[in-house]
Amino acid sequence: MFAATERDFQYKRTEKMFRALFGFMVLILAIPVLMILAILLIKGGPAISMAFIFTDPTNGMTEGGIFPALLGTIWLVVVSMMASVPLGIAAAVYLSEYAPDNWVTRAINLATINLAGVPSIVHALFGVGAFVVFFRFGTSILAASLTLAVMTLPVVIVSSWEALQSVPRAFREACWNMGATRWQTIWNVVLPNSIAGILTGVILQVSRAAGETAPIMFTGAALFLPFLPESVFDQTMALALHLFVVATQVPGVPEQLPYGVALVLIGIVMIMNTLSIWFRMKLRGKKKW
Amino acid sequence: MSDITAATTAEAAGDRLDKNWMIDKGLQALMFICGFSAIIFVLGIFIFVFKEGAEFVAHKMDFAEFFFSPKWRPTSLSNPTYGILALIAGTAAITALSMAICLPFSLGAAVFIGEFAKGKTREYLKILIELLAAIPSVVWGFIGLAIMNPFIIKTFDVPIGLNVLNSSLILALMAAPIVTSLAEDALKAVPDAYREAAEALGATRWQMIYKVIIPAAKNGLLSAALLGVGRAFGETMAVLMASGHSINMPTSMFDSVRALTATIAAELGETPVGSDHYQALFAIGIFLFIITFVINLAADLIVRGVRKG
Repeated sequence: MFAATERDFQYKRTEKMFRALFGFMVLILAIPVLMILAILLIKGGPAISMAFIFTDPTNGMTEGGIFPALLGTIWLVVVSMMASVPLGIAAAVYLSEYAPDNWVTRAINLATINLAGVPSIVHALFGVGAFVVFFRFGTSILAASLTLAVMTLPVVIVSSWEALQSVPRAFREACWNMGATRWQTIWNVVLPNSIAGILTGVILQVSRAAGETAPIMFTGAALFLPFLPESVFDQTMALALHLFVVATQVPGVPEQLPYGVALVLIGIVMIMNTLSIWFRMKLRGKKKW
Repeated sequence: MSDITAATTAEAAGDRLDKNWMIDKGLQALMFICGFSAIIFVLGIFIFVFKEGAEFVAHKMDFAEFFFSPKWRPTSLSNPTYGILALIAGTAAITALSMAICLPFSLGAAVFIGEFAKGKTREYLKILIELLAAIPSVVWGFIGLAIMNPFIIKTFDVPIGLNVLNSSLILALMAAPIVTSLAEDALKAVPDAYREAAEALGATRWQMIYKVIIPAAKNGLLSAALLGVGRAFGETMAVLMASGHSINMPTSMFDSVRALTATIAAELGETPVGSDHYQALFAIGIFLFIITFVINLAADLIVRGVRKG
């Protein structure tokens, strides 16, 4: 009764054509990047060894390893995390659990979006103006980390908010009906059920903070330091800035050295992100609702 | 358990000032302050960047020169000039070309991932996109410098490979995962009832996408595109390393140019705090902040329009 007409075949052909076209667009975007990553791996791979990771750069940064830069990145990430994670989670709890639908809440949401959209170099100017000059932290790990913390705050807020929102409303209602206060509900029911999701956001914050260069350039990261930082008021080297320096500022660097630095940096970021994705998938499988 | 009972009885007795109630109110206030901090930081960025640049804007800056002169010579001893026209042109050229490359492909990719791909394929593609979005900008800059540069020189037979084309390609690849995932979110936000209605009417998948889903998601797609523009406009390290960083009014895509963001990144370290040059860089910062603020605001308003309608 419903035999396919010429028109139906035509529709099928159009659909196949567009499917192929859009699939092709995905490939156009993905293949160059995968090729580039392969080149980085091939050229940078030989540079990486235990010695590369655990020794200091020598001979005007043209030889040796990246240890002080790696350690500096860890300093920056940890200090910025200590500032942005509690603040971001608290902000997300407010937005998800308390906030009424009014103009203040809308302004907070808009501010969060804007904080994520402000160019990284403007964050750097803010860091110089606020933390280095006004609060007199000087160029130090503290100033650089706080700049990074402000910049990565939206990452924590948005992902924590999503994790909190994924807890069903019925859980909260059950708890309220027992006579619990809002905070008791949040602490005993909402947070335990969303902590893994919040953690994926924290991991993303770490990955983001580790890769940023512009915000730390003028606030606390140095091109080269002959000693390791001992407190948050010292300057430090950082991996991302080190890549910029060996790629552009130092003459006579052997070709494989910057590839090696780039590979380590990309490796850290990719491991962090894979961890966060893996976490999320495991979580989805375990959900009880 | 006992303190919860206590709270109920206390409330029933009309006495709301018990311990749990106070903890609740206290923490609510604390959470509100943390939430409000996002607003404080945005204002703080504006105030501190403005504070450092204000003196220059108010007293030393010649508006006509600043915006319409292509001569950025802040280090000239006899007659320093602060014209950012060439920098604006550089940024505009890079942003425009990168978006011309990035937008069609990202929107197409979003349609494929959101509407055509199914099951595992879709899952893997989304993971791939998320990973690509995480590559740091300084690594992209290095890629422009070390891989794209010789590639462009060889392919197009030009003397310098660090130019508008190079930085646009890099920015396009950088912005693509972000635009794709935002656009895919916009497609996902179209209610399933629309899809079901279209299918019930006998539409093929493509007819449904073209005639129902894309029109319904067009504000979300537009806002994704705008955020992509904002991202390309504000990118710093990749542009600094891949654009050639020489002051030029670009006439072709093989010209080296200099971007607004890259200028600040390259020069801020060498200027003494409080000098004219230092303040002029902050004035550029104010300009960048205002433009990105407007772009983000516009993107937000467009999406909000969708939710209301």
